[in-house]
Amino acid sequence: MNEKIKKHILDLSVVRMCELSPGYFEIHLISACGTIPEMHPGQFVQVRVDGSPETFLRRPISVNLLTVDHTELWLLVHAVGAGTKALACLNEGHTLNLVGPLGNGFTLPSSDEYDTHPLLVGGGVGTAPLLFLGQELSQRGIRPTFLLGGKRKSDIMQLEHFQLLGDVALTTEDGSVGERGFVTQHSIWHTDAFTQVYTCGPKPMMVNVARIAHEQKIPCEASLENMMACGLGACLCCVEDTVEGNLCVCSEGPVFDTSKLKWI
Amino acid sequence: MSQLTTNIGALTLKNPVMTASGTFGYGIEFEDLVDLTGIGGIIVKGTTLEPRQGNPYPRMAETAHGMLNCVGLQNKGADYFCRNIYPKIKDIDTQFIVNVSGSSPETYAECAAMMAELERIKGIELNISCPNVRQGGMAFGTSCSGASSVVKAVRAVYPNTLIVKLSPNVTDIAEIARAVEAEGADSVSLINTLMGMAIDVERQRPVLSINTGGLSGPAVKPVALRMVWQVFEAVKIPVVGLGGIMNATDAIEFLLAGARAVEIGTANFIDPAVTVKVVKGINDYLDRHGYDRVENIIGLAHKQ
Ligand SMILES: Cc1cc2nc3c(=O)[nH]c(=O)nc-3n(C[C@H](O)[C@H](O)[C@H](O)COP(=O)(O)OP(=O)(O)OC[C@H]3O[C@@H](n4cnc5c(N)ncnc54)[C@H](O)[C@@H]3O)c2cc1C
Ligand SMILES: Cc1cc2nc3c(=O)[nH]c(=O)nc-3n(C[C@H](O)[C@H](O)[C@H](O)COP(=O)(O)O)c2cc1C
Ligand code: FES
Repeated sequence: MNEKIKKHILDLSVVRMCELSPGYFEIHLISACGTIPEMHPGQFVQVRVDGSPETFLRRPISVNLLTVDHTELWLLVHAVGAGTKALACLNEGHTLNLVGPLGNGFTLPSSDEYDTHPLLVGGGVGTAPLLFLGQELSQRGIRPTFLLGGKRKSDIMQLEHFQLLGDVALTTEDGSVGERGFVTQHSIWHTDAFTQVYTCGPKPMMVNVARIAHEQKIPCEASLENMMACGLGACLCCVEDTVEGNLCVCSEGPVFDTSKLKWI
Repeated sequence: MSQLTTNIGALTLKNPVMTASGTFGYGIEFEDLVDLTGIGGIIVKGTTLEPRQGNPYPRMAETAHGMLNCVGLQNKGADYFCRNIYPKIKDIDTQFIVNVSGSSPETYAECAAMMAELERIKGIELNISCPNVRQGGMAFGTSCSGASSVVKAVRAVYPNTLIVKLSPNVTDIAEIARAVEAEGADSVSLINTLMGMAIDVERQRPVLSINTGGLSGPAVKPVALRMVWQVFEAVKIPVVGLGGIMNATDAIEFLLAGARAVEIGTANFIDPAVTVKVVKGINDYLDRHGYDRVENIIGLAHKQ
């Protein structure tokens, strides 16, 4: 369905930049023409980072949120290396060049599935696409449950936005907020019944989430973060070994049904 | 408006800017982002007789002003191309050229013969220079006898424009160019990627799954330009130049060094619309310098 969403080369300007916790930045972008083109939760953009020979290629970043009125695009960036650190240094008024939206997003339940109870499991900056997904589910009258995890309290971001969209369960490894441990150890897996799991975060976390979902016979979709060059399905650098052979994460993902992946 | 048309053997390109194999898919991946009909030619993904899975992930490492790749010719095979891809591209108004690879002169020839059957494919580019496959690929492109054996086998079955893509991983590229010219190649294109590597210092292991890969992007441009210069002086057949072209000025350097056309690869990842910008830039340059045809500047830097 979202394969038909048109791709664009966009110059957007930064209207707001905030450091949510050390190293994590929320960037709000607007378009000179007023509206941002259509995007689907789980899709990403390829961001151009100017300024250094070391950041030659574009950086793939998930769509964190496209506001309901299409006026703002949000990115959530974890500054880990040269490229993401350069993004963290942007100021209001700066222009950012993006290619997107790219890839296939999460499969949304059709609106006649009233008994839908999705669980959205995110770790660290992997929670980024889940906010947009939560908004889209909520728009369709579905109340999602979010299970968010991190090493410590400061790794859990945008909590106030998630709480507006659904129920939120938390875990931290140091126990500073929510249950102590990993998302896969949270009691909610035993107390609630879910019809669909969506996950994004570090690969070991997603593999374990997929295992639990599989044991409980719940369909599961995961968003992968393989290293990319083109982001368009042209270079074949980003492949994941799947039951259908090597598939491009950028064009055939980044969201995959985990039954297709060789994880379990 | 200057005249941008250029010829590679019997193949006429509406302008001298093509896309490099392996960096532009089949073109259709980019159709939302750039006007494909504004590009002189699209050289599609490396195609082999049988399907290939390619090398394991990771296949890419970013380096200063460039990147390494070891994709290893992943493709669904010649038959799949003819049945499923060709129908989707055949009505797009530009020249499509298929980049053909193989593991023996016979498999190159068989694949080339299949391409000869496709009406809209008026030329092929023989890849005898892929550094990322164990069998074939660069093994043929690094010796005169290896290169000759492949070109000879293909020439016997392929009547249309035959471009041979040369490897820079040799001591004397001009010698290889002369060898393929002698076997009847219509043109040579250069360069393919330069063998290189990157090491992850935290993991203390090579970054790429097969340790080494091919370097592309602006980091290789001076090497590529020098080789185009040398090959232009060594052969009479048209030369197609590529390696690190990011903008019109880079492309014009290649034309002045003797290239009749250029290919743009890695730059498409940075700006998916770079090709049409380069076409416009070449046109502006010709106007500014008072040339009415692009032909007038080809090899100009060699003249006193
Ligand atoms: C589809 C997709 C969506 C993504 N969404 C987001 C997002 O919303 N927010 C965000 O902060 N990050 C996201 N990432 C990861 C982000 O692209 C990388 O962190 C970034 O490219 C690193 O660039 P750098 O120059 O800062 O670091 P580099 O110096 O290039 O690398 C620093 C570290 O990050 C690792 N890394 C580099 N590239 C990637 C990559 N593509 N994926 C994973 N790890 C990588 C390196 O191995 C290294 O350990 C996403 C990646 C993909 C593929
Ligand atoms: C990801 C990638 C895949 C490539 N695949 C092929 C291929 O299949 N066949 C081929 O002849 N060259 C292949 N090449 C080489 C390019 O066509 C080109 O020769 C090289 O990248 C240098 O040009 P550039 O610096 O403009 O990219 C590939 C290059 C890259 C970066
Ligand atoms: S990044 Fe080029 S194919 Fe996925």
